[in-house]
Amino acid sequence: MVTLTLDRLSARYGRRQILADISTPPLHGGQVVALLGPNAAGKSTLFRRILGLLEGDGEVRITGTRSERPIAYMPQDNGATAVLTVYEAVLLARMQGRRLKVADADLAEVDKALAELGIDTLAGRDIGNLSGGQRQLVGAAQALVQSPDILLLDEPTSALDLHRQISLLSILRRLAQERNMLIIAALHDLGHALRFADQALVIESGRLVDCGPCEQVVTPPMLRHTFQVEARIEPCSQGRPQLIVEAAI
Amino acid sequence: MTTESSRVAAAPSRAAAFTPAAADDANLYRRLVLRRQLILAALAMALFASLCVDLALGPARFGLDQVVAALFTPGSVEDSLRVILWQIRMPVALMALVVGASLSIAGAQMQTILSNPLASPFTLGISAGASFGAALALAFGVTLVPALVDYAIPLNAFIMAMLTALAIHFLSMRRGVTIETIVLLGIAMVFIFNSLMALIQFFASQQAVSAVVFWTMGSLTKATWPKLGIAFAVLAVVVPLLARHGWALTAMRLGDAKAESLGVKPRALRLEVLIMVSLLAAIAVSFVGTIGFVGLVGPHIARLLLGEDQRFFLPGSALCGALMLSVGSVLSKVIIPGTIIPIGIITSLVGIPFFLFLILNHKKNAW
Repeated sequence: MVTLTLDRLSARYGRRQILADISTPPLHGGQVVALLGPNAAGKSTLFRRILGLLEGDGEVRITGTRSERPIAYMPQDNGATAVLTVYEAVLLARMQGRRLKVADADLAEVDKALAELGIDTLAGRDIGNLSGGQRQLVGAAQALVQSPDILLLDEPTSALDLHRQISLLSILRRLAQERNMLIIAALHDLGHALRFADQALVIESGRLVDCGPCEQVVTPPMLRHTFQVEARIEPCSQGRPQLIVEAAI
Repeated sequence: MTTESSRVAAAPSRAAAFTPAAADDANLYRRLVLRRQLILAALAMALFASLCVDLALGPARFGLDQVVAALFTPGSVEDSLRVILWQIRMPVALMALVVGASLSIAGAQMQTILSNPLASPFTLGISAGASFGAALALAFGVTLVPALVDYAIPLNAFIMAMLTALAIHFLSMRRGVTIETIVLLGIAMVFIFNSLMALIQFFASQQAVSAVVFWTMGSLTKATWPKLGIAFAVLAVVVPLLARHGWALTAMRLGDAKAESLGVKPRALRLEVLIMVSLLAAIAVSFVGTIGFVGLVGPHIARLLLGEDQRFFLPGSALCGALMLSVGSVLSKVIIPGTIIPIGIITSLVGIPFFLFLILNHKKNAW
C-alpha cells in the first residue's frame, strides 16, 4: 500500500518563502485527507511542491508504489479552451510520456474514468462548450485516468452543484478504498471535510498548524483561530457531526 | 460509516438516471479517429491532384495523362516532356508543397505553444527579419556570410530570420515574461524590420527597390533541386522531433498549469519547439520570399477539420499548408495566362476570403 510522508518540506518562489517546515506522519493509501486552510494559505503551493514543480528543502517520501509517476494532480480549472473533445482531453492525460500509438487498454481506462464520474455522455462534446461544473468533472477524470496511487485535488468541488459535490466526494471516497489510493483534497467546505475525510491537514501562512483525524482537527478553537469564524460542531439527529457557523469574527 | 457507504453506492446510479443511456465511448472515439484518417487521406489525394495540375500548366501545356505517365514511367514519354517536367517544373511544384507544409507546421506549433491564434512566422517577425536580410543583399550587396551567388540572398534572409527568432527566445527567457509578451515582442520585431526596410528602400537605387519588392512578394520560381533538397531535409528532421512531443504539445493547449500537472515542462518545451519551428520557417522564407498567409491560415483550417490532437493536427497542418500553396501555384499561372503572378499575392487574395468563409460558417468553436 502506498504511503506518503512529508518531512520538513519548504518551498520558495524566487526568494519568497511560501511553505516552511511542513512535516506529516505517514499518510496511507485508502484514505481521504482534507487539506484545509484559508485563501492564500499555501494549499496549491503544497500540492505543487509535493509534485516536484517547486524547489525547496525537505523531502517527499513515497513508498509502496511501483509506478513511475505515482501522483496525479488536478489543478484548479483555468478555463483554457482547446479544440478537443472531452474524450480526447481525458485520453491525452493518460498518454503523457507514452508512445503516440493508443492501445485498446488506454481507451478502456478512459471509458472507465468517464463512467466512474458519470460524464460518459459528455464524451463527444468540445471541452470549450462545457459548463464550469462539467469542466471540473473532466479535470477529475483526467487525474483518475492516470491510475495514480496518490491523487491530489485542488478544490475539486468549487464549481459543482450540491448534488454533484456530494456525488463526486462519495465516488472519490469509494475509489480511495477500492484502489487503495491516497487522496488529498483541498476543500473549502469544512462540512464536506468532516463528512468525507479521514484525516485533515490544516495550513496557515505556509505552515502546518494541525494534522490528525478530521473530528479532532476541525474544532471550534481551530475555526476561530485559522478561519476566523465563530462556530459549533454538534451531532445531528443521525449522530453525524455537523458544522454550524455563527458569525465571521 | 455504513449509512455513508450506502449513499455512495446510490450516487452514481442517480447521476446516470439524469442522463440518456451512455453510448460506448471508445467506439465513438474510434469512429472519430477513422473519420480523421479519411480526411487526411482526402487531403493527400487533393494534394496529389493539385501537384499534377501544377505540373501540367506552364508555357507549354501538357495533358494530365501525359503528366501522370511522365511521373510514373519517365522512360515512356518524349525527352522534351521529361526534361520540362523533371528539370524545370518539378522543383517549383515540389517547393510549393515543402514550403507550404513548413510554414503551416511552424504556424501551427507557434499557435500551440503560445496559445495564441494570431501566432505565425509572419506575426512573430521571422518573415520580416528574412525580408530585411534579403533586402540588404539585394540593395547594397551586403552578404552576412560569404557564399555562392545563388545562395547569398537566401543565406542573408536565413541568418536574419534566425537572429530574430533567437532574440525572441532570449527576451522570453527573462523572468516574468509571459506568453502574451512573446507575441508582443514578435509584433515589435515586425515594426522594427518594416522601418528598416523602408530605410533601405529610401536609400537604394530604383532597380534595387523593385528587386526587393519582388522578393518580398514571394515567388516559387527561384526553386532548384538543391534548394528543394535543403528545405525538405530540414522538414524531414523537424517533423519527427515534433511528433515525438505530440501528447505534450496537445497538452500545452490546456494551459501551462494543466500541462505541468500532467508532467509536461512548458517552458523547456516552448523554447525547444520555438527553435525548431523558427528554423523551419526561416528556411522556407529565405528560399521563396515572404508568403505570409499560409503559416496563419493553414493551421486554422487543419484545426477546423481535425481538432487539436497533434497526431492529426500536425500532419493536417502540413497537408493544408502544402495544398494551399500548391493550389496557389496553379492559380498564379492561370489567372493571367502567360504571366506567373507572385504566389504571395495569390495566397493572400484567395486565402483570406476562403478563411473568412470557414470561420464565419463553422458552428463549433474554432479556437
